[in-house]
Amino acid sequence: MQARQAAHAYLLLLPAFVLLVAFTHYPAVASLIDSFYSTPKGARPAVWVGLDNYQQMVGDPVFWKAATNNLWFALATIPCSIGLALVMALWVNERIAGRGFLRMAYFTPTVLPMVAVANIWLFFYTPGYGLLEQITGWFGLPSQNWLGDQRTALGAVTVVAVWKEAGFFMIFYLAALQSLNPSLREAAAIEGASRWYFFRRVQWPLLMPTTLFVMVNAVINAVRMVDHIVVLTRGGPDNASTLLLFHLYEVGFRYWDTGYAAALTMVLLAVLATVALVQFFVLDRKVHYQ
Amino acid sequence: MQRKTFNHLIAAAALASLPFGALAQAQTEISFFYPVAVGGPITKIIDEYATEFAKENPGVKVTPIYAGSYQDTIVKALTSNKAGNPPVTSVLLSTDMFTLIDEDAIVPIDNFVKTADDQAWLGSFYKAFMLNSQSGGKTWGVPFQRSTVVLYYNKELFKAAGLDPNKPPTTWAEMADAAKKLTVKDAAGKVTQYGLQIPSSGFPYWLFQGLAIQNGVAMANDNGNAVKFDDPAVIEALQYWIDLTKQGVHPSGIVEWGTTPKDFFEKKVAMMWTTTGNLTNVRTNAKFDFGVAMLPAGKKRGSPTGGGNFYIFKKATPAQQEAAFKFAKWMTQPERAAKWSMDTGYVAISEAAYNTAALKKYGADFPPALVARDQLPFALAEFSTHDNQRVTKALNDGLQAALTGTKTAAQAMKDAQAEADRLLRSYK
Repeated sequence: MQARQAAHAYLLLLPAFVLLVAFTHYPAVASLIDSFYSTPKGARPAVWVGLDNYQQMVGDPVFWKAATNNLWFALATIPCSIGLALVMALWVNERIAGRGFLRMAYFTPTVLPMVAVANIWLFFYTPGYGLLEQITGWFGLPSQNWLGDQRTALGAVTVVAVWKEAGFFMIFYLAALQSLNPSLREAAAIEGASRWYFFRRVQWPLLMPTTLFVMVNAVINAVRMVDHIVVLTRGGPDNASTLLLFHLYEVGFRYWDTGYAAALTMVLLAVLATVALVQFFVLDRKVHYQ
Repeated sequence: MQRKTFNHLIAAAALASLPFGALAQAQTEISFFYPVAVGGPITKIIDEYATEFAKENPGVKVTPIYAGSYQDTIVKALTSNKAGNPPVTSVLLSTDMFTLIDEDAIVPIDNFVKTADDQAWLGSFYKAFMLNSQSGGKTWGVPFQRSTVVLYYNKELFKAAGLDPNKPPTTWAEMADAAKKLTVKDAAGKVTQYGLQIPSSGFPYWLFQGLAIQNGVAMANDNGNAVKFDDPAVIEALQYWIDLTKQGVHPSGIVEWGTTPKDFFEKKVAMMWTTTGNLTNVRTNAKFDFGVAMLPAGKKRGSPTGGGNFYIFKKATPAQQEAAFKFAKWMTQPERAAKWSMDTGYVAISEAAYNTAALKKYGADFPPALVARDQLPFALAEFSTHDNQRVTKALNDGLQAALTGTKTAAQAMKDAQAEADRLLRSYK
């Protein structure tokens, strides 16, 4: 009886299992194996090179540049987009006029495809007559080539990412806020708690499961977003705005160095897995579930 | 799935016709990857060509597959090649030749050139376009949609600045001088109109190559295994570009390729360097009288060529390859090349095309269309080496570092040279 039930369960799991193996697990393992081989070129087949591809990475200045950029990109986008999402969610959770419109406006960036978003921002940033330039022009500030300057390019693409992500995370916070028991608010009001105190001691702790979920997503997105780089800067000027995934794409599909690209993939996977595990096992203990 | 159904239908039709013994002429299908690189109803034009070719050549069916940008197309072509099922033919960048040879993906066109007519056809292309299509004594690509860099200028702004609108600058000194006169500042000293703009995002190497050629250097050798980035003349050419930005007549930092035509339409810039492929775009959108000129001369005139060639893939069957060769030849006949040039703005690929009645008339009505052709005798092959994308990237990074001021011109080119030497080591 139990065996039959187990067989039944496995049968139900089979479709998802097949898809996961075919498109997630097998490619990951194949990449790991490829990363120990040289790149096959025409008549030259792939040969075992051990850790050569990883050694090449250590000596690749673009990789280190991309890694540092990505670290800054993550350090800026994760807290900014989560903070902004929380503020927006708290605001549109109140009973205010035009609430539906506000919610929609905040969510719009999420619905738009990243490539379209990046094209819009390309014209915001255009020196001379772009939107930003027109605004700074009113204050008599000098013209600034945001995407064409090594000091500002990374910041400029980071802003686009925050703008795009905050609306998405807001939806999760909003849903969580709506599910909070209204009697908590009433109780707090009777006790005479200020709004800030209520948020700090009641709402924020109760939102922690959502924050954990959003944070995991934000970390993944910080190394997953690449479309806007392709449209806005193509990693330039002189790699000032290159991120790891963009570098990986260039190595894999522009240089056709598949061996090295596989090694880069493994490093990216390892970093992501570590961060996700830390989040789940360390942060999860501090999260209060209802 | 659709193709499968289609194949089944073909098979069924063939079976049905068996009793009548009509199987002598089997259908040859050619899959044809085509990148959509310029605006306009380009896919419709290609579809028409394919239909027309099928009509004239029963037994051959060309199936165009629109694969995205040039970059997307080569990604798809090479990936499917690795999977053992490449297209029969594809239009890809002429600079991808070495990459395709290194991947052992294509066959030389010479394999199919048999008759005197074929020979004459292969000899009919402009020499400048063949430079990027030949290596090691073999021809690997058939020029199809090709371009060069030209100078577009706003005639009204020329008049306003006291310059002769019918005399565009012909030398570096004249261009720098005109750019200075065309730069306008407001009361606060902020530039409202720049004299000149040379785009430097994405692929600055292509436009910079123009400057390098004008200063007397072809940066890559014919075998694609040595480069001359740290040549003093190359550094000098880069310094000329940097000086234009330092003098404030050219925007500082990186100039976006995509918004450059828009800057020109908005009169934010009076002169711009960009591809001839933008001609139809400028003609449609410029609300003022504009001119097109050859790039100015440094030590001499010069421009790189650009654009795409036909390639024939190795893994196709001999019958398919023959049919693809026939198709490429058919597509580049003078009449068709002339029509193609008028429809798109690309340079027609042979002298004979410019001698057709249609293109002669078009050129007489709209002289800017002929500038690119007149520049061809000065044009050199677009920069291309083995491991092309990586070597090009080294040059691009160097150029951008110098233009944004993080490195001097000499240092940037020295670094790019070192990186290129390292990459090209194994191809010597």
